[in-house]
Amino acid sequence: MISKNGRGILVFLETDIYGIKEVSLEMIGKAMELAGETGKIYGAAVGDDVQALESALSERLSGYPLEKLFLYEKRGCFEAAAWESAFTDCVTRTNPDILLIGGTRKGRYFAGRVAVRFRTGVTADCTGLRIGQDELIQTRPAFGGNIMADIVTDHSLPRIATVREGIFKAPEAGKPRKIPVFKGEVAGSEGVELISETPIPRERGIVGQQVLVACGRGVRKKEDIAMMRKLAEEVGGELASSRALVEKGWMPQSRQIGLSGNVVSPKLLITCGISGTIQFQTGMRTAKNIIAVNTDAEAPIFNIAHHPIRADLYDVVPGLLSIINREIRNT
Amino acid sequence: MRIAVCMKQVPALSDGGMDEKTGTLIRSGQKAVPNIYDLSALEAALRSRESAEDENFAIDVYTMGPKSAEALIREAYAYGADHGYLICDSKFAGADVLATSYTLARAIRENGPYDLVFCGKQTTDGDTSQVSAALAKWLELPSFSGVTDVRIIQENGKDRIYLKQRLDDRVLTLKAGLPSLIAVEKETFPARMPSLKLRLRAGKKEITRIEAGSFRPESGGIKEKEYFGQKGSATRVIRIFPPERAEKHPVAELDGKEAGKQILDIWEGLGLRKERNHDFEERARDSGLS
Repeated sequence: MISKNGRGILVFLETDIYGIKEVSLEMIGKAMELAGETGKIYGAAVGDDVQALESALSERLSGYPLEKLFLYEKRGCFEAAAWESAFTDCVTRTNPDILLIGGTRKGRYFAGRVAVRFRTGVTADCTGLRIGQDELIQTRPAFGGNIMADIVTDHSLPRIATVREGIFKAPEAGKPRKIPVFKGEVAGSEGVELISETPIPRERGIVGQQVLVACGRGVRKKEDIAMMRKLAEEVGGELASSRALVEKGWMPQSRQIGLSGNVVSPKLLITCGISGTIQFQTGMRTAKNIIAVNTDAEAPIFNIAHHPIRADLYDVVPGLLSIINREIRNT
Repeated sequence: MRIAVCMKQVPALSDGGMDEKTGTLIRSGQKAVPNIYDLSALEAALRSRESAEDENFAIDVYTMGPKSAEALIREAYAYGADHGYLICDSKFAGADVLATSYTLARAIRENGPYDLVFCGKQTTDGDTSQVSAALAKWLELPSFSGVTDVRIIQENGKDRIYLKQRLDDRVLTLKAGLPSLIAVEKETFPARMPSLKLRLRAGKKEITRIEAGSFRPESGGIKEKEYFGQKGSATRVIRIFPPERAEKHPVAELDGKEAGKQILDIWEGLGLRKERNHDFEERARDSGLS
């Protein structure tokens, strides 16, 4: 049973060198919706310098209705066990009904630990969260991603849900006000020693692109990926992939569209040889224009595409490339 | 050195099959295979054994599933695993992250101690990537997920691990103590080809079956059966349903040439041709080509 009044929601706030992550703001937005009129929203963050955390967060979040910010200092680098300790402390202090965690790498690395610490449930990669009659209803694709499931955590607290970036909308900020801050400290495991940190350069990935070409199981050989990449380049976009090709090792996971990959919303998405499981659709349903090329007239991708085309990508793509070569290349 | 590797048997096609009209799952006739991410966990363990000069280095595989999951253990034997444990009991069925991780932890603790526990990044059917961290907590081990490199090293006469852990924006290079739990990335640990010689022997190798009654009672007298299976799960599925459908557009039956033409028309109609040409000019200018 979920509290009718004064429902508490704790949100994991994650920062990187650019400040607070978008997914954390999206979680605050969802928390505002779930809290209703009487609920309380708390935010918690962990970092190696609590002062830096405070300056990154307290002003940036002043327009959102947060009851309190819990900031924990952990010297050195990220450690899942230390993040768990911080959330153990914060959950004990705030006793929330719900804990929302962005489905980032850090979030995924520690969420399960907190769930076991409180002997509660964690529902990963939710695509919907709402208060039902007397429960939090967590919706996610299930059984390999071809069907949706409504899931409840009905006899333990807090209910933990993780959500990928891009699933919910970040809220508008309201009038700024000062949010009270609590500061704490957590330690890492004995014997863990940081040797070095190497930043991963931000590549021209698939998130935020206007045009994407996505390929899937319809691609027969690994060598044919080059043809798909060529098409993506020629139409001024980037090449993306379904999960099938990532599992085959033909495409990197960083270019995967779908729930366990990226959520994208380009102006134009051209899918070639992708059947379109629900977990894939979850990652692209907000694309403005979807062209789907597939040989199977019953493919689920045709239920969501604006321009479903029944054809073999091998009949379409080479011809398309030669038209581009002839007519567009030199204009 | 003793390593436990957790593996799961999954349906061969990760996107399974669903009857679009009735919304029911088509599971029958689907071949079961080892979860591809777990083969990378096994690969990481095998590499560690190869680089160690330790005759007593043991790699034990743990899997929870139906009796048919024996096939996964035989497969693991063909790759080079030393011993396999099949955690199999109707009392374990219907387990969520909490109950699955507890049951695995219980089996590992019963047959431990282990220096390292290796897991895959996620499964292709459940797709939650939560079990490894949860398992680490039950075992009270530090956990390192997203690991792209791991080596056992000696420092002051003690075994430690050197590892690289991937976060979203950086890679951490760390040293850590043993025991620890490691969840590996698939990309840097592609599974090798199983050995024919080992495969021939795999059929005769023993598999230890673990049932709910196999465990020695835990200290503290907890009612352990409340931790297993559906009973031990914190989450409950209350409804499954096919997702909402947008208005379906009629499927165009086109030959390759017509299809290509239509795609280009849509692309141009959205003004993307102009944007692309503009981009190409800029890039050409940047690289000093024009």
